[in-house]
Amino acid sequence: MSQFLQLLFSGLTVGATYALAALGFSMIYNASGVINFAQGEFIMLGGMVAAVLTAAGIPLPLAVLAAIVVVALVGLLVEKLAIEPARDADITSIIIITIGVSMIVRGVVEVTLGKGGRALPHFSGETPIAIGGATLLPQSLWVMAVTAVVVAALALFFGRTRVGKGILATAHNRLAAQLVGVDVKKVLLASFGLAAALGAVGGVLIAPIATTSYDAGLMLGLKGFVAATFGGLGSGVGAIAGGLLLGLIETMTAGYLSSSYKDAVPFVLVLVILVVRPRGLFGLGPSERV
Amino acid sequence: MSEASIPTTIGRSSPETTAAALATAPGFRARHLPTIVLAIVLALLPLVLPNAYYYDVVIRILANAVLAIALNLLIGYCGQISLGHAGFFGLGAYGSAILTTHYDWTAPSALLVSAVVVGLLAWLVARVILRLKGHYLAMATLGLGIIVTIVLTNEASLTGGPDGMSVGDMRIFGLRLYGEKVWYPVFAGLVVVAVVLAGNLVESPAGRALRALHGSEVAARVVGIDTASFKTRVFVLSAVVAAIMGSLTAHYLGFITPQVASFHKSVELVTMAVVGGMASIWGSVFGAALLSLLPDLLAHFEGFETVIFGVILVATMIFLPRGIVPSLARLLRREGR
Repeated sequence: MSQFLQLLFSGLTVGATYALAALGFSMIYNASGVINFAQGEFIMLGGMVAAVLTAAGIPLPLAVLAAIVVVALVGLLVEKLAIEPARDADITSIIIITIGVSMIVRGVVEVTLGKGGRALPHFSGETPIAIGGATLLPQSLWVMAVTAVVVAALALFFGRTRVGKGILATAHNRLAAQLVGVDVKKVLLASFGLAAALGAVGGVLIAPIATTSYDAGLMLGLKGFVAATFGGLGSGVGAIAGGLLLGLIETMTAGYLSSSYKDAVPFVLVLVILVVRPRGLFGLGPSERV
Repeated sequence: MSEASIPTTIGRSSPETTAAALATAPGFRARHLPTIVLAIVLALLPLVLPNAYYYDVVIRILANAVLAIALNLLIGYCGQISLGHAGFFGLGAYGSAILTTHYDWTAPSALLVSAVVVGLLAWLVARVILRLKGHYLAMATLGLGIIVTIVLTNEASLTGGPDGMSVGDMRIFGLRLYGEKVWYPVFAGLVVVAVVLAGNLVESPAGRALRALHGSEVAARVVGIDTASFKTRVFVLSAVVAAIMGSLTAHYLGFITPQVASFHKSVELVTMAVVGGMASIWGSVFGAALLSLLPDLLAHFEGFETVIFGVILVATMIFLPRGIVPSLARLLRREGR
């Protein structure tokens, strides 16, 4: 029982970061129909920048804030420099552009910050909390709480603000949104900035638990992508459910079955989902669109 | 250049390009002249290759060219992307390696069986996934490729794990294939065969249908083309080619690690196809040459390889969305007028 509880805690912690990554994927997918393969690099960049800044003596809260801002700016830059110039290109070309962008980000971090792994200090100490025979790191609570806050904030943003509603309208019908005066170009830009910021939040939260390095983004991004597909591409609820479920299934597999095949779990899962229910658990639209 | 007379339907496609793709077929000479030139160049190349190192460089280019041509049929003509082609390559390589080392199979039978198994696997994936539109094949192949890498890394008793395993020489019809100079004609011959076969496929009714597919799936369906079945066949074909090249490369290199199946390698293959030119056979050959030489060319920029790789990818897609070779061919054609 205590082992189960332990796995549950770590599963939810990892799952929360996957959920943030998946939300980033869904946001950009909704605004543009693009799968952004650079999303994982935003996560990595968030953790790396915060780690470098704290190592340089900057107080943790400031470093975290700065990291999120920097990554959001990178997101805006990526949209302006790489995505917007290719707006009319087909989906295959845009997938390839985002793969290219991810290599550039990874490469620049490798060259400037080095290949070594970096860790961020825990937000509020490393003394584990004992619950029912299992232990929970305070950082895990941070991860789950911040994710919950972010999700609530996003719900307010999309439900109550003009920009948020504009993004939703664009996702629903680009042309119609344009007709009622939504600036579709700005929506795309905003979605990249927001998705990058979300990625950075995830990266900063998980960095104290799992050390981060220049090449950590690839796996995190791919898993966020799987979580988004699992929950239903484009669905906010789906992204969160997909992320949490993926984290749980992965951790349970590692605990009860085989830890060496832990990383294969998401990819087996995505194949199964594509066969059984391609639009994901909470996917709204039909998966077949011409 | 035959390339100049073939309208390619990539990037900004329209019903007109679809119609044009269905209507044009260049003459026999225009189509085969570049292939003949390629064959002559490959035949004469050994005269100028000074040593085994250069043979090795050329062999790597040739192997990648075959892979890129096959993958490009899928990307350029079906508008579908595979992010796990290195997985098929890796299955071929390890299939041959494991069957010949652990089970004493002969190399040709190991190659055949690996290729058939990969073909069946690809067929299964395609049957299910290609019914869906959009990113789903990319996602499924990506997953498949990563699973292959993880299995190859973990099943150390068979595969040697992350450290890799050695592979014996290939014997075929009593001949022992060993060393760069013996392998060179094999790979050179394969490139010529791949160029000819791909050229025939592209100009066949099925091929023109494929080009139409990338132009407009609806239009292709309207003129009575079974789009899913075509895409399935091309996907299986490109996967089988990848497996065969994997088997041959494993024997040639004599040593393989799970890295041959990595996501990075899959991306590299896609890059060769799209940077050279989507839906362009010669573009694939050029892309394979460019990307195979890139690490050597970038030796002075130690550490910056990934960045430069990424910049090339993004810049090509933005400024030359058709890819380098078709864009240049177009430019030349305009100059010629």
